Amino acid sequence: MTTTPSTLPDGSPRTHYLNAAYGLKSWLLTRDHKRIALLYLVSVSIFFALGGLMAVLIRMELVTPEGDLFQPDIYNRLFTMHGVLMIFFFLIPGIPAVLGNFLIPLMIGAKDLAFPRINLLSWYLYSIGALLAFWALLHGGVDTGWTFYTPLSTNYVNTSVLTVGVGIFIAGFSSILTGLNFIVTIHRMRAPGMTWFRLPLFVWGHYATSLIQVLGTPVIAITILLIAAERVFHVGVFDPKLGGDPVLFQHLFWFYSHPAVYIMILPAMGVVSELVATFARKPIFGYKFVAFASIGIAVLGFFVWGHHMFVAGQSIYAGVVFSVLSMLVAIPSAIKVFNWTATLYKGSISWDTPMLYALGFIGLFTIGGLTGVMLATLGIDAHVHDTYFIIAHFHYIMVGGAIMGYLGGLHFWWPKITGRMYPVFWSKLSAIVVFVGFNVTFFPQFILGYLGMPRRYHSYPPEFQVLNVMSSAGATVLGLGYLMPLVYFIWSLRYGPKAPANPWGATGLEWQTTSPPPVLNFETPPIVTAPPYTYPERTPSPKVNRV
Amino acid sequence: MMPSSPVLPDQASDVARSVDHLMLYALSGLVFFSALIAILVLVFMVKYRRKSSGQVGIDIYETNPKSHALELVWSVIPLGLLLVLFGWGTKVFFEQNRPPAGAAQYWVTGRQWMWKIQHPDGRREINELHVPVGRAVQLKMISEDVIHDFFVPAFRIHVDVLPSRYTTYWFKANRTGTFHLFCGQYCGVEHSKMVGRIVVMEPRAYEAWLAGEKTGPSAAGVASGDELFVAKSCNTCHRPDSAARAPILTGIFGTQVSLNDGTKAVVNDDYIRESILNPAAKVVNGYQPVMPTFKGQISEEELIQLVNYVKSLKAASLTAPEAGK
Repeated sequence: MTTTPSTLPDGSPRTHYLNAAYGLKSWLLTRDHKRIALLYLVSVSIFFALGGLMAVLIRMELVTPEGDLFQPDIYNRLFTMHGVLMIFFFLIPGIPAVLGNFLIPLMIGAKDLAFPRINLLSWYLYSIGALLAFWALLHGGVDTGWTFYTPLSTNYVNTSVLTVGVGIFIAGFSSILTGLNFIVTIHRMRAPGMTWFRLPLFVWGHYATSLIQVLGTPVIAITILLIAAERVFHVGVFDPKLGGDPVLFQHLFWFYSHPAVYIMILPAMGVVSELVATFARKPIFGYKFVAFASIGIAVLGFFVWGHHMFVAGQSIYAGVVFSVLSMLVAIPSAIKVFNWTATLYKGSISWDTPMLYALGFIGLFTIGGLTGVMLATLGIDAHVHDTYFIIAHFHYIMVGGAIMGYLGGLHFWWPKITGRMYPVFWSKLSAIVVFVGFNVTFFPQFILGYLGMPRRYHSYPPEFQVLNVMSSAGATVLGLGYLMPLVYFIWSLRYGPKAPANPWGATGLEWQTTSPPPVLNFETPPIVTAPPYTYPERTPSPKVNRV
Repeated sequence: MMPSSPVLPDQASDVARSVDHLMLYALSGLVFFSALIAILVLVFMVKYRRKSSGQVGIDIYETNPKSHALELVWSVIPLGLLLVLFGWGTKVFFEQNRPPAGAAQYWVTGRQWMWKIQHPDGRREINELHVPVGRAVQLKMISEDVIHDFFVPAFRIHVDVLPSRYTTYWFKANRTGTFHLFCGQYCGVEHSKMVGRIVVMEPRAYEAWLAGEKTGPSAAGVASGDELFVAKSCNTCHRPDSAARAPILTGIFGTQVSLNDGTKAVVNDDYIRESILNPAAKVVNGYQPVMPTFKGQISEEELIQLVNYVKSLKAASLTAPEAGK
């Protein structure tokens, strides 16, 4: 980028969004999408750490078969709150609210999101919801499992179901507003020349995600209200003793919560598309296929909820329909994996840290996806349903997929977000440690599940101990892998070398502005003249400050 | 019994073997595609690593006319394999869920946190089920409180146990042994203690067990169906004479009845249970909805006795039950 009068002698900007204003008020009342993204980054990191802490305690309990570390009611609270915090307060907001918030306006060449005040409101709603859930955690917790199955959750437990429910309800509106903001922004605020098929795939992924957030989240909100009606006013909706139907709850719950899995994974896929294109220095193979695969996954994702209920007492013919529909949703996912792989062919591939995370994503997501296909198979699911096989599968998707994507994205855009580089050696090591730790933690759980160990068991038959010990050992390594980025990211804020505008030699609009970007994102509004990922024959070698 | 293999649980029924074969097919697909992706990625990463800092990749998508064909190939081939998996999985699922005709019928009542099991002859067990090898066994299951799930890894099938209606589990053990019974659906504080065992015995050992168990927990606390039929005054209306204000129950089980809203219903376990708890829901055509509800006044186990009793009323044995048999 050409230098402008506002830069310092070393090429970094004199004023940017981080130093344009100081003080708590300038953050808590900001309408800058970049600052709101950082507010989210801090909040979701706190909840990721809390959820992770509970995972550590769960794995400690499961080292021995007897259930001798915690009382069963404490153990049940731990896995419930682990699920609630991780899913509703880390994974669902995770990539969209942090990276999406920061990057979508930059990527499409806009000054901000369409509704900056609503964007800030989203963060406040998220925070209120999250604090309520946290408050409930300290006041009795909740022990229904994150799935809140009725009638257990409505008439059989005395824990803080309502408080947590209200927290999720409020945070749900945060999710809806973020989705709405993204949809309007992507439709209305693209820079001149930024046509739909020139959008980075990250933006396509978030567009698909936003559709799910807007269309799916109201259903979980209604379901929570029905739970409240039954718990507080004894209106019979789900409990058969009051004339309700317990299986109805599962239909409503999964109608949202299955698509919610795609809220977690589609943005991560968007990140990986950016990483693969950037570090192979070429356009994504089959751009349109990958873009439409996101939309396909979002749409088909609404018609597969019944695969969570193959053994729940629904008609076996309903099971047949949901099974075949679930098979279909595997196709767009497979298309993405094949296209990423084909993109590497004849690429100019660098082994930078974000790329290592992207490769980790592809490997783990492939296994997560293929075991998902097994679970969509009626005859297999009827055996491994609600066992550790399920646990392993969805951790491969959510942790191996979504969190690898999230960390890859953070490493990729960290120089843009903070204007600082992080240490190369430690960051590459963290990618490897996370990958190894993850597999040692969760691969044994596939075997445990097929052997028949049910999920949510506080104590278990002794023959399952060896695999559980392996899993717990792996979790230690995984935890270490997650702590490393926390340390060196914070370190880099003060001691990291200053980042150039485009340290990776990438093509997106976000790389054409300074690092960190100015308050209004671009000194001069960009005009787009080419499709994304168009690399000139010879890219001028970017000047990278290495640690 | 400990699992004999480190990665496979005991295989104690033909259905279990079917599930393992299906799993093997799915697993080979998983290994093939994971290995394919892993090898391609690693080879490309090494072969096409960046050799000079200014080097860019070569876009082959637009220049190669075969790109679209390639997209089609890697969409259609997996789709074909998936449909095979779907069809096979469905076939196995039907095996898992459709009991053969003539299976011996047992009853299972789940509650926080125990399993109560009733044999066809009225004998009862708690958290244990003794069965002879080679006999098809069908379990009609109901929960007294929350949703539970009957899961025996050695038989490779889970079925949820609902508080709202009966669900069915079946198996035919093909080898003797003791196998885990787990509650497979999270059901509250002591969920992981809601476990038991299935004891599959040689027929002779089973006979001996039957003989030695006469004074077991059988029938303790629960009246038999014919006693309940009188005790709950069912017999005042459901009686085989012309003054009856309610349908004659003799021989009614398994038949189809016309309801007063014009629809039809098959008289099965669920219909009888529902008609006791919520009599006005499905009234047989020609009768008034005069029966009082027994909701809250009758336990699931008593309901099972009554359902069993109605089922036993064959057209031939047309005798009014007598109290205190």
